[in-house]
Amino acid sequence: MKSLERYISPGWFLVAPFLLIVAAFYLGPILNILWLSFTDPVPGIGNYRELYESDALVRIIWTTVRVCVITTFFSVLLGYVIAYAMVHAHENKRNIMLGFVLVSFWISILVRTFSWLMLLGRNGLVNNAFETIGIISEPIAFMRNELGVLIGMVHYMVPYAVLPLLVNMQTLDMRVMNASRNLGASGTQTFWRIYLPLTTPGLVASTLLVFILSLGFYVTPAVLGGGKVLMVAEYIYVQLLVTLQWGTAAMLAALMLFGVLGLLYVMSRFMKLSTVFGGTAS
Amino acid sequence: MRSGLFARFNRVGAWILLLFLVTPALVAIPVSLTPKRFLSMPGGEYSLRHFTALFSSPEWLSSFFQSAVIGLSTSALATVLGTLCAIGLWRVSSKYSEVVRAFLLLPMIIPQIISAMAFYRLWVPLGLLDTYPGMILAHTILAAPLVLITVSASLANFDPKLEQASRNLGASSWVTMRRVILPSIKPGVFAGALFAFILSWDEIVVTLFVSKFNIYTLPRRMWNGIRENTDPTVAAAAVVLIALTLIAFAVFALVSRRNARQSRT
Repeated sequence: MKSLERYISPGWFLVAPFLLIVAAFYLGPILNILWLSFTDPVPGIGNYRELYESDALVRIIWTTVRVCVITTFFSVLLGYVIAYAMVHAHENKRNIMLGFVLVSFWISILVRTFSWLMLLGRNGLVNNAFETIGIISEPIAFMRNELGVLIGMVHYMVPYAVLPLLVNMQTLDMRVMNASRNLGASGTQTFWRIYLPLTTPGLVASTLLVFILSLGFYVTPAVLGGGKVLMVAEYIYVQLLVTLQWGTAAMLAALMLFGVLGLLYVMSRFMKLSTVFGGTAS
Repeated sequence: MRSGLFARFNRVGAWILLLFLVTPALVAIPVSLTPKRFLSMPGGEYSLRHFTALFSSPEWLSSFFQSAVIGLSTSALATVLGTLCAIGLWRVSSKYSEVVRAFLLLPMIIPQIISAMAFYRLWVPLGLLDTYPGMILAHTILAAPLVLITVSASLANFDPKLEQASRNLGASSWVTMRRVILPSIKPGVFAGALFAFILSWDEIVVTLFVSKFNIYTLPRRMWNGIRENTDPTVAAAAVVLIALTLIAFAVFALVSRRNARQSRT
């Protein structure tokens, strides 16, 4: 033991248990899935060739990307408004606002999906309210289409968008903004030309984080899409647990995985990854 | 400074958005009080029958129990593994440790559907499918990175000289760990344990893959209820979950406020 410690720092012995578990029970099977995407049912790139041949697959991927892009756009926009107001609020108000964000962060995804089911259905609260006021005569179809999926996903992702922005905005030096005002720039000019560019790292982190999380999101699209809005995650689920076809599912998982790792790499160029994820904890 | 029209507009907008984040989730409360046998709003009459149904149903009670067992075990295991790992990486702090840290955070960021596939793929040959150990191991791998993050954040504020002082005064590394390091990172460990429990308690995608008949957690039962979409018992269960979330949040807020006050004095 003593002789070992000369070569290996003792800290590594504390890291080892979890590291070994992750390597054996997580990394191993993930590599196995990547392997399967080339070997199941027959060796070769047959699964990947399906991307050219199957319109259905292309449509699913396109739907996924479209829904994720729109979700990300709105989540980050709304998140920016919230984070901006929080940074500029007094401490007590800011704590209350943070409480709201964290509570919505903590409320079970199933509870939230269930609630949207109650609210958005044909006879849901929203439609009933609109009809009572007289805005509409026919119920609006909020569900079983992309609109419902988008509402549910944006609602879920906004807290994830807020936290990296908040971390970033809190580090800004407000004296720069004051200087800009003193030199005669209007509030709007200061915002667009000074504040917004300074929050770029936060915007990038928040955009990529929300986009990555949306890509593999299963619960809300499956329920609020009602089978009409088929996204990659749901397709993988069906392929594996219903039709038991590993090849195509593994190929889609591989694409998703490389996409996510690529985006993480981009993200690491803009911001230390640990601060982004650390932001969710503080 | 710039509390012009724009700032005021922004503040009002932010509060409306915050209400949008929280209030939709509360619709389960009135729905759970409906006297009818199907999902509906109570039209002036209220009834607790769906709560009675929830707490007298052996299926729901068993799911509550199973989720609690799996959540507590996951939380304990993830807290031990994640805390050790965070202390280890903090102590090593070489260029390799940052790579290892990034690698260990992957289970948190890789889409859950891929994690679910991975566990399913390995659990079948290992015979861990639909067992407590299988569920707990899968959830631990997903939850320990959260502990790693919260404990690392606490360690960032911990002065390494304290550890050296303790070692120089003759304390063994075990005594130093127990009497010097652990007490000062307690808030991070506590937060990590709580996050790990909530993750496991709420996790559905991996659960759908690695459980079947024996293991039927609360999220799984709610999932089925939501997909069938007829029984207001699901609304009652949702209300119980909201209440538990709020209690957990209140405890968390109280503890972190007390810690903040202690560290200030």
